[in-house]
Amino acid sequence: MQSIRMSGLGGQGVVTAAHILGGAAVKDGKNATVNPFFGAEKRLAPAESYVRISNDDIYDTGEILYPNIIMIYHPDVILMGKSYTMPFFAGIKKNGVIIVNSDRKIDFDKDDVEKLDALNVKVYFISATEIAREVGGTDLSTNIAMLGSLLGITDIVSIQSMQKSLEERFGGKSKFIASGTTAALDDAVKKQYDKIEKLISANTSILNESFNRAKSLLK
Amino acid sequence: MPSYNDLKEVSTEYMLFKAKREEQFITGSEAVREAVRRANIEVAISYPITPQSESMHLVGDLYAEGFVKEYFRGENEFAVMSEIAGAAMGGARTFTATCGPGTLRAFENFPMWAGARLPIVMAFMPRGVNSPLTIQPDTIEMGFLLDTGIMMLHAENAQDLYDMLLMSFDIVEQTSVHIPIGVFIDGFFVTHTRQKVHIVTEDVRLKPYNPSLSPVPIMDMETPPFRCMRDPFVMKSNYISYAAHASWQQEIMASAQRAKRHIKKYLGNFIEQENPSAPIQIVASGTAVSQSREAIKMLKEDGISAGLVKVKLIRPFPTKEIKNALSKTEKIIIPEFNRTGWLAREIASTIPNNDRIVPGPRVYGGMTMPPEVIVEVVKNGTPIGI
Repeated sequence: MQSIRMSGLGGQGVVTAAHILGGAAVKDGKNATVNPFFGAEKRLAPAESYVRISNDDIYDTGEILYPNIIMIYHPDVILMGKSYTMPFFAGIKKNGVIIVNSDRKIDFDKDDVEKLDALNVKVYFISATEIAREVGGTDLSTNIAMLGSLLGITDIVSIQSMQKSLEERFGGKSKFIASGTTAALDDAVKKQYDKIEKLISANTSILNESFNRAKSLLK
Repeated sequence: MPSYNDLKEVSTEYMLFKAKREEQFITGSEAVREAVRRANIEVAISYPITPQSESMHLVGDLYAEGFVKEYFRGENEFAVMSEIAGAAMGGARTFTATCGPGTLRAFENFPMWAGARLPIVMAFMPRGVNSPLTIQPDTIEMGFLLDTGIMMLHAENAQDLYDMLLMSFDIVEQTSVHIPIGVFIDGFFVTHTRQKVHIVTEDVRLKPYNPSLSPVPIMDMETPPFRCMRDPFVMKSNYISYAAHASWQQEIMASAQRAKRHIKKYLGNFIEQENPSAPIQIVASGTAVSQSREAIKMLKEDGISAGLVKVKLIRPFPTKEIKNALSKTEKIIIPEFNRTGWLAREIASTIPNNDRIVPGPRVYGGMTMPPEVIVEVVKNGTPIGI
């Protein structure tokens, strides 16, 4: 089973990204479950979400304590401890992957570096917010850039399925926005574009650009 | 998409066992919406509280689409449950949902519903209730509700939730039953988890409730509420009023027993077993079942054979089935998402030699229960009873 823990700040789309990723895995013919963890909903408060992807049945639910992949949506998660999990990489499995949204490399403590090295964990820094701003004109699409980066670094789901899942989330007939805050953010994103197609096409560009940039990190 | 009037009315049996289904990747809250869409609900009343809010919000969407006849937001949970009672006394099929502090705020209504023989179906999405405040999953409120007279089903996942909701209407609307039922799902772990659920196609709905089958008079303008319908025994303090009250309570308990055969028809066995001959058995309900399934897989890899008893029906409690299932068990593990261990207490009062029980592990305050913890208790937990 692949298990992904996403940690970020409220409003960054951590929960939405998890739902899109889970949807893509199901489109790839796999089993997936997605669930979030957050306190009272407010922007910039810690928010986490968890995605489990497997070819077998998945029963385990709740927080992922032992992830293969950790995605950090904001440097504050690491630097200011805005997280439900301390340190941010707690529980990461051997040969795990960590993707951090940051425009610069973050220097970890010596202890942390030793622990990560001992587990052969690879850490990638991606400036996802910058990509979202450059390509889509809004940092509200940071989560999409994070998903693109994930696909560039791992092959956890196909980019075609990711694309379809993304279209369903923003253009689908049965989409449901869980909270008033998320609905307001959705409106804010939509205001950037006069048509939903434009929103989807901007997000697709962000997905592709971040995919390519992350791929280049592997070279 | 079909509208309410396009839907063919079908029996509960058809809905559950014969109707075509399709797989959807949805959250537990969306599974509530899909059950209610097909349940022919007349009155739904909401009041928001996390993690329930999404469910009744989505039921509101169904009202806007014409699938629910009446819908409004109550003043608070106490008001909602009272209003639901009023609607049910008037002969309407009703639905609502709440959780945690909302359940406690409304509490007085649940024994009233049962005593008034109201066929109410309701979803509970348990969460923490104690201070310091938590909105995270915790099943402690189920322990509080055990003796209110309402029937209780505990769903493991969104699929259970969907099916249990749809079966509940026919169970409670039987003349011989006619008491409320709560379908419980662990907040967040089910409500907010997106998973594959097999949903009946959108072309059918349940047949409407027939209030003329009610064992107590339906309230209307010619049958005013209190004098004629529910003669208030408490107003006449004599032996007849005491006897009437006592026998009425027994009648509510008997209603729950009579419900069993209707529950069995749709739910199958009240408990589900895996590896029943194993000397170690894990007994659980709700999400703790899922975590136990993972633990059993891990134990197998270590060469340890453990079985599972999934308890689906909490009230009326399936004492006979549980006694049988655990008759030869040497060690009984009861993982629970609450501090008090109400399920362990139920099991302890049901089986002989209850010092076979390892009362735990217990997780509360909103954390998940890692399967590793269950594995640890299976391996090293000491049976001490309750």
